[in-house]
Amino acid sequence: MFFKPTKRKLLAFCAALLFSCISFAQESDSAKAESGFDINSTIFGHIGDNHDWHMFDITNEDGTEHAVGFPLPVILVNTNPFSIDCFMSSEFEHGHKTVTKGDHTYKMVAKAMGGQDIVYVDENGNATENGPLDFSITKNVFTLFLVAIIMLVLFISLARAYKRRPGQAPKGLQAWLEPVILFIKEDVVEPNLGKHTDKYLPYLLTVFFFIWITNMMGLIPFFPGSANVSGNIAFTFVLAVFTLIITNVSGNKEYWKDIFAMPGLPWPLLPIMAVVEVIGIFTKPFALMIRLFANITAGHIIVLSLTSLIFIFGTLAIAPVSVFFVMFMDVLELFVAALQAYIFTMLSALFIGLAMPEGHEQH
Amino acid sequence: MDLVTPGIGLVFWTTITFLLVVFLLIKFAWKPVLGMINERNKSIEDALKLAETTKAEMKALQADNEKIVAEARKERDTLLKEARELREQMIAQAKVDASEEANKIMAAAKQAIENEKNQAMQELKTQVAALSFEIAEKVIGKELENKAASDTIISESINNLKLN
Repeated sequence: MFFKPTKRKLLAFCAALLFSCISFAQESDSAKAESGFDINSTIFGHIGDNHDWHMFDITNEDGTEHAVGFPLPVILVNTNPFSIDCFMSSEFEHGHKTVTKGDHTYKMVAKAMGGQDIVYVDENGNATENGPLDFSITKNVFTLFLVAIIMLVLFISLARAYKRRPGQAPKGLQAWLEPVILFIKEDVVEPNLGKHTDKYLPYLLTVFFFIWITNMMGLIPFFPGSANVSGNIAFTFVLAVFTLIITNVSGNKEYWKDIFAMPGLPWPLLPIMAVVEVIGIFTKPFALMIRLFANITAGHIIVLSLTSLIFIFGTLAIAPVSVFFVMFMDVLELFVAALQAYIFTMLSALFIGLAMPEGHEQH
Repeated sequence: MDLVTPGIGLVFWTTITFLLVVFLLIKFAWKPVLGMINERNKSIEDALKLAETTKAEMKALQADNEKIVAEARKERDTLLKEARELREQMIAQAKVDASEEANKIMAAAKQAIENEKNQAMQELKTQVAALSFEIAEKVIGKELENKAASDTIISESINNLKLN
């Protein structure tokens, strides 16, 4: 397949940069002391999720830094006894204050690898290890909603355009989206699903555009974008689980026979192969989950690392180099955004197709 | 480890959002869009098929036309040929008729002339005889006594008279 060499190179590049980033991080302890810039927390702060949307800092006249952004709703679910607490993240004042609601007192603590945890505070005022279930509308969730709205507006207006001009050549929005839709239909889904195409096409189209738009939102460096949603394992986990469920629900007799009683296999091997095949059911979507997560996160880390070079070197002279490389990476990431959406969709279609083999001769 | 541990909040919201997007898009976007695309593809296919059959029909029609034109041309040629032949025949016939008529007229004219001539001759003979008789009577000075005998002589002499 055409993307393999590119992808391998890209992964190698990502790995190299990740390692250099880690070594930077180790050095940054000393660098931090000198320049006051902690690259590790900066990068992972951007990669991770946040309870408020931080846009930029301004330095007040008296020299203190002040963050500009907006708070997001915090939704906490306590399990024992069951209760739900909702309030704005501004009440935490960036982790400086505890918030007491009913019987519980909450504190927002920064995580080592970016983002924050909300934990209980005990009677002595000390933060504990335990916390409530966090269903907050975080930066990632907020972006997710934005993507959902963009998709609904985009595709419902597309449907309206089709209804307005039935049977005519595509125009405007249609001319942009129809080739992509037809590409997914004819080159990605149909070769794998054949006569079952129409049944699974809506799901696969939604997956493709959902991942693609989310990936591109992550590439925008300021307000409506910048969240690392598709580089978050929870996001890729959910999509992979959907593919897992659809694959196994649509699996026919042949599929299950191949898993538990592979034809033509000597019987002593059957139990071993059954175990291997059952693991295989889960490794396929697991690979989907890790692939998307790693690709997008790696892209974000590279761009952030390149930008951080300016602060590590502490000179504006390095800025042209950073800008040039970031521009190069952004263009590459724009390609990766579409590529990863394509791969996820294609592999989902492939897995669903493999669950519906027709006859023994297919093996 | 934080990076690769799915957070329950995002898992929950992603599930809700994604399911909502899937169902709304299936109902309001994918069904109409894919339906319209399929419909249009079908109509294009039908139109192409129709064009193909029309083309074949046109070809057949053209062949027919050519055949008809060729036949018409052939017919025209035969008609012309026939007309020419007829004309020639008519002219020949007319010529024959005309010469026959001319001959007939000539013959009739000849006959008439002959008759006239004979008649004139007869009259002349009678006149001449009468004249000569008168002259002779005058010359002799006396009328023949035997009228009957003289008439006989006259008619005999007329009959014996051959002009030319």
